Amino acid sequence: MHYADKHSLGEIELFETKITRIDNLGENAFVYYFKRFFNFHSGQVVAISLQKDEPPRLYSIASEPENDEVAILFKVKPDGFLTPRLAEVEVGGEILVSRPFGAFYGTENSDYWIAAGTGIAPFISMQKNGLAAHKTLIHGGRAENSFYYASLFANDKSLKYIPCSSTTEKEGFYNGRLTEYLKTEHLDMDQSFFVCGSSEMVVQVRDILIDRGVDYDKIIAEIYF
Amino acid sequence: MAKENIFGKTKKELQEVVVGLGLPKFNGTQLAEWMYKNNAQSFEGMHNISKKAKALLNEKYQLERIEHSTVQESVDGTKKYLFHVRGTHFIEAAFIPDKDRATLCVSSQVGCKMGCLFCMTGKQGFQANLSVGEILNQIYSLPEFDQLTNVVYMGMGEPFDNLDNVLRSIEILTADYGKAWSPRRITVSTIGLIPAMKTFLEKSEAHLAISLHSPFEEERKKIMPIENVYNLPKLLEEISNFEFGGQRRVSFEYIMFKDFNDGKAQVDQLARILNGIKCRINLIRFHPIPGTPLLGSDDDTILRFQSELKKKGIMTTIRASRGQDIFAACGLLSTKELVKRKEEEDF
Repeated sequence: MHYADKHSLGEIELFETKITRIDNLGENAFVYYFKRFFNFHSGQVVAISLQKDEPPRLYSIASEPENDEVAILFKVKPDGFLTPRLAEVEVGGEILVSRPFGAFYGTENSDYWIAAGTGIAPFISMQKNGLAAHKTLIHGGRAENSFYYASLFANDKSLKYIPCSSTTEKEGFYNGRLTEYLKTEHLDMDQSFFVCGSSEMVVQVRDILIDRGVDYDKIIAEIYF
Repeated sequence: MAKENIFGKTKKELQEVVVGLGLPKFNGTQLAEWMYKNNAQSFEGMHNISKKAKALLNEKYQLERIEHSTVQESVDGTKKYLFHVRGTHFIEAAFIPDKDRATLCVSSQVGCKMGCLFCMTGKQGFQANLSVGEILNQIYSLPEFDQLTNVVYMGMGEPFDNLDNVLRSIEILTADYGKAWSPRRITVSTIGLIPAMKTFLEKSEAHLAISLHSPFEEERKKIMPIENVYNLPKLLEEISNFEFGGQRRVSFEYIMFKDFNDGKAQVDQLARILNGIKCRINLIRFHPIPGTPLLGSDDDTILRFQSELKKKGIMTTIRASRGQDIFAACGLLSTKELVKRKEEEDF
């Protein structure tokens, strides 16, 4: 870590930091770890880049605030701007990381958490930070191996974990898409709904929830962009 | 192999193209002037470029322009053009004539990632960034091209999520080799992507418009997910710290939603947060989109809101509603045309 070697990429201050560990989750999904050099709230994001002269991308932090290491979860998109190159960085390699920002904070209420794909990241941090009690996590994925950190949530008996996959017929899974679950299953409309995923997913989920009678001000969304 | 489209390349890029073909650098300048100053639509008519140069260009490049596929015309003269790009994608541009002005509202992306609750484009999700050529094509292929006085980047997409291409399109519109427009004839609207906004302010002299829609963080969060990432105090701090200079303008777009953001509390808070910022607030009537839980404020409320803001010394205008009979709000036409939505892979 070279704190002095900070760069201003797209006007976000970035710091060179070394990758300390990598978990390969399969199917081109990875968790990268680096030494924590800031304090943060669960649900916040960091900006990450590899070059001084290119704009950074934002990633939700997937680790708890007290951990010495910060984790970020990403999946390689073959035509993506950053992830194909990010996946080539090895342990000991340097990336550029901002301080945390954002306000997608978890609460201690009986909220719904709704995520698809790597949108699970902020909820991982919230779970590890002790915010999972009384939550219902509705997690969408295409196939069984895209339910990142499924065991973390499945083993946490303080929350209700509902993985949804139209291609998986297995005990513990809802056999259908996340959107189908939201359209057809019972929901407690009085709770808040925290939603994280792509814009398509968030907009679809929000429309379904509103259509079912959830007040829009109870829907808190975090969108990848 | 498909030839690369040369339309949308800046003068510097065109010079690199011609030098790469073994041609003199000035051919790049000539190309730029033919395409962007004279609106040439093929190499053939460029009479000061040699046959040899044209032949070399034709081997690897094409000058492709896309004509609009549909146009809807309002009784008030507003026209909405639909362009079919990249196979199944559609984008919209709205031509808005008004007395001695003629403004074109252009799109910068196919769809949008930002997911604002009141926006039809957001319902498409994000599909693609438009290239520089695709942005400029909306302008240069417009039947009313010669009448245009202003361009606003307020169509589909978040311009600052496609900043490089937006900046390059502005370069071409304002450069001597292009339209040679004053940057003051161009306004770029953003929901507040702060890092890109700062880059834009540094690298361009065009006007800036901020989609505000609420002066309260918690309220804004309910309709604009971006507030969870780049919050209002930080956004306003960045704007306050920037020296806009004499003619450059920052304005705040404010859609009026019934019983949501149209009360006295919002007037008072707007006065507080905009104190010290030389700006204008543009109040916009909301025309509900399908499935939205939001309703538009009535005209009396909008007028009262404007009056209250003016009393507090804030320049406040009400945007004239245009093209209501053709649903001129961006995204409506193209979303209807989006026959088959891309199958979502992750959920």
